Amino acid sequence: MAHEEHSDLLRAQGLCRDYAGSRVVHDVEISLAGGDVLGVLGPNGAGKTTILRMLAGTLAPSAGRICIAGADLRENPIAAKRHIGYLPERPPVYSELTVDEYLGFCARLHGIVRAKQRAAIAAAKADCELEAVGKRPISHLSKGFQQRVGIAQAIVHRPDVLILDEPTAGLDPNQLRGVRALIARLAADHSVIVSSHILPEIQAVASRVMIVNAGRIVLDAPMTDLDGQATALEVGFAASPDAATLGEQSGVTSVEAISPGRWLLTLDPTHADIRVALAERAAADGWQLNLLSPRSVTLEDRFLRLTSGDSSDCMPDETP
Amino acid sequence: MSHTLSMTAAIARHELTRLFVSPLAWTLLAITQFLTALLFVMSLTDITLNPQHLNAYDGVSELVGAGMLRFVTLVLLLVVPLLTMRMFAEERKTGSIELLLAAPVTPSAIVLGKFVGLMGYLSLMLVLIAAMPLSLWLFTPLDMGVIASGLIGLWLVMAGFVAIGLFASALTREPTLAAISSLGALLALWLLYALSAIDWQPVLFGTPIKVGDFARHLSLISHDNALLHGMFSSADVLYFLIFVIAFLALTVVRIDADRDWPCV
Repeated sequence: MAHEEHSDLLRAQGLCRDYAGSRVVHDVEISLAGGDVLGVLGPNGAGKTTILRMLAGTLAPSAGRICIAGADLRENPIAAKRHIGYLPERPPVYSELTVDEYLGFCARLHGIVRAKQRAAIAAAKADCELEAVGKRPISHLSKGFQQRVGIAQAIVHRPDVLILDEPTAGLDPNQLRGVRALIARLAADHSVIVSSHILPEIQAVASRVMIVNAGRIVLDAPMTDLDGQATALEVGFAASPDAATLGEQSGVTSVEAISPGRWLLTLDPTHADIRVALAERAAADGWQLNLLSPRSVTLEDRFLRLTSGDSSDCMPDETP
Repeated sequence: MSHTLSMTAAIARHELTRLFVSPLAWTLLAITQFLTALLFVMSLTDITLNPQHLNAYDGVSELVGAGMLRFVTLVLLLVVPLLTMRMFAEERKTGSIELLLAAPVTPSAIVLGKFVGLMGYLSLMLVLIAAMPLSLWLFTPLDMGVIASGLIGLWLVMAGFVAIGLFASALTREPTLAAISSLGALLALWLLYALSAIDWQPVLFGTPIKVGDFARHLSLISHDNALLHGMFSSADVLYFLIFVIAFLALTVVRIDADRDWPCV
């Protein structure tokens, strides 16, 4: 896999974090290659923010280490942090300043040389569509604009890794679409880690997804592996055969009874479509087919399964 | 090193901008100036009505200058905690501190930058205050030595107050708590000065302990007192220097530890 290479931009190993004696993040391993968009998904309180704060260097891990572009975050924080842009849960803005004043400070804080500051600020404002509000105090801006100012702050020094903690929280649908499009644009030349508790947010932007529950990573896989994987078929018959007969059908790997006469057939993903064959067999044997509905195991199903109830039983086999 | 310096400058400039776009800074400046002016006018009136108070030892510079600057110290006691509470405590509350902690900046640069920024603001306050006694120079000869040493003393007191205030601010995420605790600490320093007037020498293991002397050497105010009287001694200046460096260092330690033990 690409993210196993040594040229990783960001690599976190064995990250743990304790709060008041109890461990809230357990053994998190993350590796991010250039161009990756990693979506961190999890219910509220799963430890997403804690993980992202550790990656951004505002919270020290209780155990484990983080390397960013070859620099250890603990031993050489200044060098490591040059490569990071971070948007915390609440945009870290000074509401009394104007957008231009604020971004000017951020540019100086990240050591952009004087000659390039103006261009860097203009580029960040253009990316976040803030040109029209440059002279306005941040406190006068709407939540959506403040969020964009927060993102502009994170990209003003053109970092290699962009860490965005719930960038779409609290936005209305229009603003939400705007910020989502912005993240997609930024993904073109930054590696991005974006967290959310809302699944479609992650699905819309991420190339890899990591599901966190109760401080542990319960799933870490490329998005392409998850889409339409392990498809299933829901079938119903008025005169139903038994499970064994259905199981003999080629391409079916398992049969599960939903209710009398209704079955969920899990299909072999490598096998050709069996729907026509199944319908013909039902007609020939008089099973009286009345339902044939394909179902794919979506990310949502996985998310719900992994994050509800006891997570320990799905831990080992779900991590690729 | 040059990186730390340029970051310190950037943060100091940022703090000054933040101060001057907020009404708080202007209001504090105005109120301080108003109260000081009131005292200035009152002491001048007193001298005109009772010129016998002026004698060979206490000239105008001493009566107006030192008296007024001592009053400013009292005002600063109330003003500085209001300024320092905005530094770390309020930034934790609003979340803006995350910007500083995630940036490629050392904790020393953050603390030093905030200190320099605040001192820039207070220096402006000092200039405005100094204008009052110095305006008397148009009408009467002044003892410039007394006034200059008094102003240096006031500036050093400001630095000491800011250093304590920053440390108190670094300990909490509640701005009001930061303000109250630095006010408490500053008042305690003041009381320490009052204690130095007490002639009480308890005997411990056969040795008399000079409580008054101890208090006098420890108190910020008594070191300023010598300066107000025009006695410029390097020992007093050194005291302030050590005092400021010690509290700034403690603040750096606390901010550095923020990553391991976030403030609750």
